[in-house]
Amino acid sequence: MNERHKEPSEIMDDGVEAALSRLTPEKIQAVINSVLKGETGARFKAYMDTCIHCGLCSEACQFFLSRDRDPHYSPVGKVKQTVWPMVKNKGRVDTDFIRRAVRIAHTECNLCKRCVAFCPFGIDIAYLMTVVRRIIHKLGATPLYLQDTAHSHASTMNQMWVKEDEWIDTLQWQEDEARAEIPSLRIPLDKEGAEIMYSVIAPEPKFQAQLIYQAAAIMHVAGVDWTMPSDIGWDNSDMAMFTGDYEIMGRIKRTHFEAATRLRVKKIVMGECGHAFRSVYDTGNRWLGWAQPPVPIVHAIAFYYDLLKTGKLRIARKYSHPVTLHDPCNVVRGGGLHEKARYVVHQLCDNLIEMHPNREHNYCCGAGGGVINCGPPYKNARVAGNRVKAEQLFDAKSRGAHTLIAPCHNCHSGLHDIVHHHGIDLEIKFFSDIIYECMEKPDGSE
Amino acid sequence: MVVSSAWDWSIGEKRVDTKSWTERFLQVQEYQVSADGESVAAIVALDDQAFNVCVNGALWDTPFDKIWRLRFTPDSRATALVSADGQWTLAVNGQTWPESFDYIWHPLVSENGQHIAAAIQQGGRYAMALDGEVWPNDFGTIAYSALSPSGDRTAGAVQVKVADSGQLEAFQEGTFSAAVDGTAWGSTFVNVWHLVFSPDGQHLAAEVRQSLYDYTIVVDGKPWPQQYTCVWAPSFDPVTGHVVAPVRKDGHWKMAQDGELLWQRPFAQLWQQRFSPDGSRLAAIAATAFGRWTVVVDGHPWPVTFAGMVSDLTFSPDGRHIAALAKEKDHWTVVVDGKPWQHRFERAWPPVFAPDGSGSVAVKVEMDGAFTFAVDDRIWPHAFERNWEPFFSPDGRRLLLPTMNQNGYCRKVVEKF
Ligand code: SF4
Ligand code: SF4
Repeated sequence: MNERHKEPSEIMDDGVEAALSRLTPEKIQAVINSVLKGETGARFKAYMDTCIHCGLCSEACQFFLSRDRDPHYSPVGKVKQTVWPMVKNKGRVDTDFIRRAVRIAHTECNLCKRCVAFCPFGIDIAYLMTVVRRIIHKLGATPLYLQDTAHSHASTMNQMWVKEDEWIDTLQWQEDEARAEIPSLRIPLDKEGAEIMYSVIAPEPKFQAQLIYQAAAIMHVAGVDWTMPSDIGWDNSDMAMFTGDYEIMGRIKRTHFEAATRLRVKKIVMGECGHAFRSVYDTGNRWLGWAQPPVPIVHAIAFYYDLLKTGKLRIARKYSHPVTLHDPCNVVRGGGLHEKARYVVHQLCDNLIEMHPNREHNYCCGAGGGVINCGPPYKNARVAGNRVKAEQLFDAKSRGAHTLIAPCHNCHSGLHDIVHHHGIDLEIKFFSDIIYECMEKPDGSE
Repeated sequence: MVVSSAWDWSIGEKRVDTKSWTERFLQVQEYQVSADGESVAAIVALDDQAFNVCVNGALWDTPFDKIWRLRFTPDSRATALVSADGQWTLAVNGQTWPESFDYIWHPLVSENGQHIAAAIQQGGRYAMALDGEVWPNDFGTIAYSALSPSGDRTAGAVQVKVADSGQLEAFQEGTFSAAVDGTAWGSTFVNVWHLVFSPDGQHLAAEVRQSLYDYTIVVDGKPWPQQYTCVWAPSFDPVTGHVVAPVRKDGHWKMAQDGELLWQRPFAQLWQQRFSPDGSRLAAIAATAFGRWTVVVDGHPWPVTFAGMVSDLTFSPDGRHIAALAKEKDHWTVVVDGKPWQHRFERAWPPVFAPDGSGSVAVKVEMDGAFTFAVDDRIWPHAFERNWEPFFSPDGRRLLLPTMNQNGYCRKVVEKF
């Protein structure tokens, strides 16, 4: 069968299949019950007891809307196919059930939390899906690509198996490149006592080193006192959060915060990434026992907002194309940065064509929650599961949008797949691409 | 250990005109100051292609294509990682190691400053180099490099079996080990983190993961018989050689020793334990409850807790006093033996105890956007653009204060204030 037409239920994941072949009913039951009894509490019970199966949450979910309102894809439908039978049967479920649970929890829910606002009781389906993912982790049945990423996090403290020397070498290479344009530019390594530690996700040194170049140029032009760590802790990303391996999540977040405390910076500025923000700002710090991040976290959107608002960055000429803006779930519903994002857009561009719904009511890109990190086996199903986003993008395009700003790495990649699949002619950019292109640069820069 | 008795402890100031450096050189990078305060140095750009190190106004003999990680050793020698013709090595006072490498990073210095190690990469293979001499064996990766306190042994977490990306089962069977002086332990683990040498350098302990779920402590390649849901970095008792580490079970953290519980009391978090120099006391940073941080001494928390964070746990040399930094909202303070100072700081650096048994603590701090010093909750009345951590004289009566303002660098020795 052509990969393109595979039903989600027909997708084979070698990592999942290998794990299922090792499982016994006793093991499955023991793991489910140990997680449900040992790791959930009042919140889980309240959600279980409160849901009246009304289905009002369905309208929230991009998978439900994109899959012709198939109730299997509704938020409550996902719970009905995973958590409820686990609870009702006291963990006695078979490997076919677990295979389906993997597919649903890992690839048909972005943990985007849009449905929370649609539920009259505020039930957080994303939380329930993370409980399922935790069980899957304990069963060793996490999708292969995502699990490999968690292995990378555990081994290297970064997402992409970047070795210690490769990281430093990349920064020095980007500094060299950037000095050809701005001769006095530096990427200051290990500058103890700098105001800001700038952290990124590992795809930047691995594939998108120009983003580090651009960040360095922005920091230089704005006169920011900044540094990057040469040691581990430079990567703020966190796929372990999405595999349910909270012990590794805690370890990599601790490493990140300790890099900042070792350098005695006042705050951490992080690049344009959404899931990393969720991990650093909310989930990872809490697992470690910090109610708030121990070092203040500033997402790139808020950072650019401050630089533009205070005049530290000035725009030489506005971006000439009409733009539309994607609101990444983790920084908008999770961090309330939607108005700051619009301020930044308006400083850079004259013509913002809004998608609807937007701001905290946005539709997820479909990549978030680790879904895109489940890799190629699920790509077509993922794109098909977000037709509503494609429709939004088509609509923005038909009203004149030329460029799609997506201030999040996962959104970037997910939207790229949608745009490409549907042939929507939108150029996708980060804020930093446009800021770098349009900002005033010092005299003498080439 | 730093031998500070030979330093110049006469009251007064010594200045270095660093101001002129900015006119002499195209670029002056971060200043570094030697432990004895006598030398100030910076990496300087001579032109677009050439860098050098300037120490008290004098350049090293040879410039390099690239230089980074300039630091002074405890015995006040300037070291940096340097590159010429695409090859990297380490330079001490301008003298490079004879060997050079495709890359070098993570320099480590022995307590007396005499020995320097670093991680190196040559032809895509990884090892450690100690005083320029490379391990006899190399590995596919290296991380968590470590140097024994006296500087005679090196170690690193190394990958000894190949598991290509995506080979989940091969990875989960265990591909990592630790290598000491280039020889890997016979045992492998899913992951190996945070290698710690015993004070005499004879033993090496590490955190390991034996499966995706089972964590423990390994000493010289041999795991503790008990497994936990998580562990943090171990420490050696400096007297008995016992190994302690925070371990997690049933959602709580406890302190364990050689696999047995040492502290019965559970904590929401527990890490960064330190022994007193005589090994008689063990203290750690802990969260007694979610979001409430403090110091725990021999299992008993201080009566004060802080919402932000607690860091830089430090024993006095006689082991009788403990100081730490604590953060509440956006401000730091210093806490000594459970009592917080009144003053609040934008930032604070590690507490420094007087060596005379008085329990006096000096700290580099930032207040109102400028840097100064605080001693026992009193603030030095002058502020600086930059300063470095204070140092007590051997009798505890004087303080060495390295400072910098627009006129340049100044090494001050003052009476303890
Ligand atoms: S969290 Fe998002 S993706 Fe998951 S069920 Fe709710 S709306 Fe759908
Ligand atoms: S809206 Fe809330 S109560 Fe209704 S089905 Fe969805 S989760 Fe249950």
